[in-house]
Order: sequence, then structure tokens, then C-alpha cells
Amino acid sequence: MRAFDRFAPAALGLGGFILFLVAVEILVRVGVINGYIVPLPSAVLVALGRVVAEEGVLPRFLLTAGESLAAGLLVAGIGIPTGILLFRFNLLRRATENWVAAFAAAPIVLVYPLFLVIFGRSSWTIIAIGTIAGLPPVVLKTLEGFSGVRPVLIRVGESFNLTGWQQFRTILFPAAVPTIFAGLRLGLIFAMINVVGVEFLINFGGLGPLINELSERYDMPGTYAAICFVVLVSVLFFLAVERVERWLRPAS
Amino acid sequence: MATTGVVTGAAPGWRPDAVTLVRAAIIAAVLILWQLLAISGLLYQDVVPPLQAIAVALIRLLGSGDFYANLWASLYETAVALVVGGGAALFVGIVLGGSRFLGRAFEPYLYYLGPTPKIIFFPIMIMWFGVGPGSKMAMGALSCFFPVALSVAVGMRAIPPILIRVGQSFRASQAQMVTKVYLPAMREPVVNGFRLGFGIALIGVLLAETKLSNQGLGFLVIQNYQRFDMPAMYALIIVIFALSMLANAGISRLTAPRSRRGGAH
Repeated sequence: MRAFDRFAPAALGLGGFILFLVAVEILVRVGVINGYIVPLPSAVLVALGRVVAEEGVLPRFLLTAGESLAAGLLVAGIGIPTGILLFRFNLLRRATENWVAAFAAAPIVLVYPLFLVIFGRSSWTIIAIGTIAGLPPVVLKTLEGFSGVRPVLIRVGESFNLTGWQQFRTILFPAAVPTIFAGLRLGLIFAMINVVGVEFLINFGGLGPLINELSERYDMPGTYAAICFVVLVSVLFFLAVERVERWLRPAS
Repeated sequence: MATTGVVTGAAPGWRPDAVTLVRAAIIAAVLILWQLLAISGLLYQDVVPPLQAIAVALIRLLGSGDFYANLWASLYETAVALVVGGGAALFVGIVLGGSRFLGRAFEPYLYYLGPTPKIIFFPIMIMWFGVGPGSKMAMGALSCFFPVALSVAVGMRAIPPILIRVGQSFRASQAQMVTKVYLPAMREPVVNGFRLGFGIALIGVLLAETKLSNQGLGFLVIQNYQRFDMPAMYALIIVIFALSMLANAGISRLTAPRSRRGGAH
């Protein structure tokens, strides 16, 4: 019974998805859905292998991953110190915390033409947008992490007469790491989404332009396959950072 | 021991407090730095135009009928996207949140597909809905579907069981349960989901407009870029940011009265 409870929902989810694909396959074959705009799922599956083999997916993937990594490093390198700065100076925090939150809700990616003017159609434009998009959650979560350190831990540090730096290094920072990483996870995801999005919009870089190129060739199975591939990569990336976050978060 | 700052109301004969002064100082510093950079010509002169040029462009933009026509086009597309995508998400969220089994079966798909770049679906949307406003609305609807559905599903699960039992004891129909129990009880997560969904739908619509369109604010941004009219582009970006923040604040106010009542316990 317990095994049923555990596996039945997953089986229904997967079964529902497969059933949906089979229904689309049948509807396209009988002509209810126009095969020129919705290719057969079986053709997309075949095209997935072709796209991976013929369209240089590995170097494209590495380029996108490299841009995402660069943006992620910049997000961490700028976002965490900014969060610490706001934690250290309360007045600055009270003056700017709402701005950072508002910035997180703003359509930042829309400034990509501005970076096109500054950096040209290059990876720097993509990295810049990825970095700016990923910063707000990292700043806010770093701030939250340090503010949420339990007072008892701070008092323990004080009772050991720790200096400010020792207090930071041995108590505040380790206690804040799980929350900081939750922010970093969000920041990395935002950065990756924007990297792929801007690659697609400016038709430059790795995986983003692949979709453009295939759709411009009117290779519908290929276009759908490339989109599936990018979605799959995004989901795997999301799963990987989630797993690292769980590993870092102490068991409650 | 650390003390918590207490926010107090403005006293009669208002004088700026330290926070306001710091904010004013930051804004002044940024503007002065910008102007110095513009005058010095250290960066490409046209990339950082002087503030007066941006102000003139802003006035010109707000006075032009073309801007309002494009603003209306984008707002209309976003509103339709929010109604279609948000409506579908509301239904899906209620179904998944209302059934533990269905939630465990299908919610992981929403959870993992949510943070994928939606703009890459744009070629498909063009094929399905054409190059006109339909494909932009579809982009917006697809973008906002995931956050709204997840937020509604979470809100649905947080409804106190006693409210559901009261509805059942009155033999309320499914439609009555939705309108009289579920939606009022999860007003806050639903509004928050729609607030998030609005921002994401707007981004989806505007990005699609920058890619392929002949109307809308996204189209105006890319048109200014192609003309290399930087002051106009800055002015437009300022207006878009201001509008999105205003809309965000407006939707947030919908949840505010209940939150305040909740906080007064």
C-alpha cells in the first residue's frame, strides 16, 4: 500500500504525459492538428538525435554553460558582498532594501538593447544581462541569512570574546550559508534563464540561436527538438542546484 | 543586544529622516556621476547621454500619441495574457491543490518547467498564432501560467480544513465551494500569484515584441536601438520600469488590508 502511495502519483504523471504525446501523434496523423505547425512527436524524438549529432550541440551547450557560469560567478561575487554591506550598515539597508526588491520585479531583461550598444553582439551582453537579473535574489537572501542568525549563537561568540572578524568567520557566515545558497540558487536560475533568453533574442551564443536557426530553416521537428533539449538542460540545471542546496542545508 | 527599529508615522511638521536623506544622497550621487561621465566623454558619448537630453526625450515621449498607442497595445496584450494564462492557472492550481494525489502526480512538472526560459517557445507561438498580437499574448499567457498555478496550488493546500468542512456541511456545490470558500480563503496567495504573473507576463509580451512586432513598447525599444536614439531608449526604459513598479504596487495593495488586520492580533 505504501509503495502504491509512493509510486502511483509519479506513474500517473508520467502516464498522463505519454498519453498526451500519443493523443497528439494520433490527432496529427488523422489531420485534426495541422502537421505543418505541430510535427509528430515521434518525428521530434527522431529529430532530437539528429539535432544533437548534426548541430554542434556540445560546443553550443558549453558556450551557454560558460556564459551562465560567468554570470553566476559575477552574481555571487557582487551579490554576496553587497548583501553583507547592507547587513553591516543598517541605515543603508533601510534606505535601499525596498529598491533591491523593486528591482527584482522590474523587467530587467528589457535593457538588453542598451548592452548591445555598449558591448556589441557578444557574450558580454549576454553575461551582463544574466548578472543583473541574478543579483537581486542573492543580495536579498544574503541579507536575510545574516539577519536571521540566532541571537544565542552571537551571544556564544561574544562570551568567547571573539573579534568582529572571528565572529563573522566562525559564526555569522556559516550560519547564513544555507540562506545565502537559497538566494544563489535563485540567482543562478535567473541568470541562466536570461542568458538563454538573450542568446535567442540577439541570435548569438550557444543554445538560444540553435532554436532560431532551425525555425528559420522551417525545420519544425528540429525546432521542437531543440526547444525540448533546452528545456531539458534547464530542468537538469535546476535539479543540480537544488540538490547542492539540499546538501548544504542542515537537516531539520 | 541588537534592537529592532520601530517604524513610526510622520510627525507634524515633517522633517526628512536619516533614511530619506541617505536615499536622496544616493540618487544625487548617481545623477552627478552620470552627468560627469556624459560630459567627460570617457564612455562612448552617445551611450551615456547627458541628463537634460534624457529629460527632453522623456517629455517628448510622454507627449507623443505614438507612445500611448504602443503602451495601449502592450497593456492590452498583457491583460489578455493574464486573463487567459492566469485563468487556466487558477483552474489547474485549484485542481492540483485540492487533490493530494493529482498534486503529487502533476505538480513536479509545473515546478520544474516553471524556471525555464519561456521566450524560446516564441517560434512555436508564431507558428500557432501568427506574427500579430496573438503570439505575444500567447507568450505572456505561457509565461504567467506557471507562477500563478503554483501559487494557487500552495494557497489551496493552506486553506484551514474547517472552512472546507463548513462548506461541505452546507452541501455547497463545486462552483459554490470555489467562489464562496476556496477563493476568499486563499485571496492572498492568489493575488500574490497574479502579481508575480503580471510581471512575468509583461516581460514575456515585451520580449516577444522586441523580437518580432510592429507595435508595443518592446517594439519601440528595439526601434530606438536601431535608430541609435539613446536618450529616447533610456526615457522609454525609465517609463517601462516605473509602470511595472506602479502596477506591482497597485496589485500588492489588494492584499494589504487583510495583512494589516492579520498583523493586529
